[in-house]
Amino acid sequence: MTDRPLVKRHHGLVRLAHWLNAVFLVGMVASGLQIYNAYAHFGLRDHPLALPNPLDGNPIPQWARLGGWLAGGLNWHFALAWPFVITGLLYLGFLAFSGEWRSLLFRPRDVGPALQMQLYYLRLRKEHPAQGKHNALQKAAYTFIVALGALATLTGFAIYKPVQLAWLTSLFGGYELTRYWHFLTVWLFVGFTLLHVALVFLVDPASLRGMITGWYRGRFPSHD
Amino acid sequence: MTDGARSLTRRDFFRLGAAAGPAAIVAACGWDGGPVLEPKLKAFGRINDWVGEKIWFSPTRMAREYPVSARTPMQNFPTYSITYNRTGSFPTPDNLRNWSLEVGGLVRNPMRLTLTALQTLPSLSYTVKHHCVEGWTAVGTWTGVPLSSVAALVAPKPEARYLRFDSFDSRYYNGWDLASAMHPQTILAYAYNERPLMMSRGAPLRLYSPVKLGYKLTKYLSAMTFTRDRPGGYWEDQGYPWFGGV
Repeated sequence: MTDRPLVKRHHGLVRLAHWLNAVFLVGMVASGLQIYNAYAHFGLRDHPLALPNPLDGNPIPQWARLGGWLAGGLNWHFALAWPFVITGLLYLGFLAFSGEWRSLLFRPRDVGPALQMQLYYLRLRKEHPAQGKHNALQKAAYTFIVALGALATLTGFAIYKPVQLAWLTSLFGGYELTRYWHFLTVWLFVGFTLLHVALVFLVDPASLRGMITGWYRGRFPSHD
Repeated sequence: MTDGARSLTRRDFFRLGAAAGPAAIVAACGWDGGPVLEPKLKAFGRINDWVGEKIWFSPTRMAREYPVSARTPMQNFPTYSITYNRTGSFPTPDNLRNWSLEVGGLVRNPMRLTLTALQTLPSLSYTVKHHCVEGWTAVGTWTGVPLSSVAALVAPKPEARYLRFDSFDSRYYNGWDLASAMHPQTILAYAYNERPLMMSRGAPLRLYSPVKLGYKLTKYLSAMTFTRDRPGGYWEDQGYPWFGGV
């Protein structure tokens, strides 16, 4: 292990955005759950949405909420939304400017390698497929999470201003349905985060150091 | 390549817990921010109020209207009154027969308007979606006088920038920006679903507008005052966003 070179893996801006986002996301989710708690149903008053919601009518436990009451939840949510969106835009701007997006964006040509990677994880393939900075499944995950961030932001604006941004709200199927999509993004964020953290420790613990200090001494290449 | 990195050790589990711990504490206990952060959050809300008024709000964009068949059955459209929540009965003005709306403040012609006087003015009726801050929605038909017509009668002075709506429902009140108040769909409503406003819905007169959240729509109106300074509001003073536009 010691013969591996110590290499620079993540730019400071990426690390800053990553950890800021981790904090803001926890705050957005917890304050969002506080808001949801004020009316734990979906659909018009007399027309419940015919979509699954295991949390219908079940108050969110207090430990998962931020804000204390509805007004507090709203104020946290609308305040944190700013740094959350700004961090996201900063990160995307950096990816575009630096060309780093090339090692992150999942493209059609990554479909085959992603299947190979999945076969490897299922132990149906012995050799770890060759990869650049990230493998094809990671590209899929990191592309997905950026798209999810955009979806959460757009659905958020659509239920924040359903009259002023009526075009956006109707694009998502109207206010009630948009509120459901917005809520769904919470569980996709939570699921992603659990998987993301688990894989860091299971597959490449050295990457944690890489995301903190920027320096990486691990088993994967740090550049494509 | 060694295989060591692929197996999860006890130490890794410990690290996992160490990472999850702080995250849980941040979200813990329905925290409102405490005495230090909570006022700062409210102050920050003024930025969102400003953006809501100056960027998002359009004085000419109309809320979508719905067919009468889309109405939410009356019994499923929640009623709301502070007095009712406290005492179990809806509020009534001191003298219902002599009720009138006092319109004053920074205006050239302050006046008192009786319900009959208001009903002789050209009326507006629409079926629109109601957005409650809690997240629920309901559709109803509302009929009343466009607020801009009443404003034209009293002639606000140029220095008037806000409107204060007072209610006889346990001193409930709201402050509005003038632009939202003058929106063509903002009305002083005296009928709901084509019937005279019921006691439970804010009789005899209530504010209605599809461009604001429900808590901004003052029920049981008693006075409407044009002001230079920004009035607060019953819920707004306790922390709810002041602008409350949708």
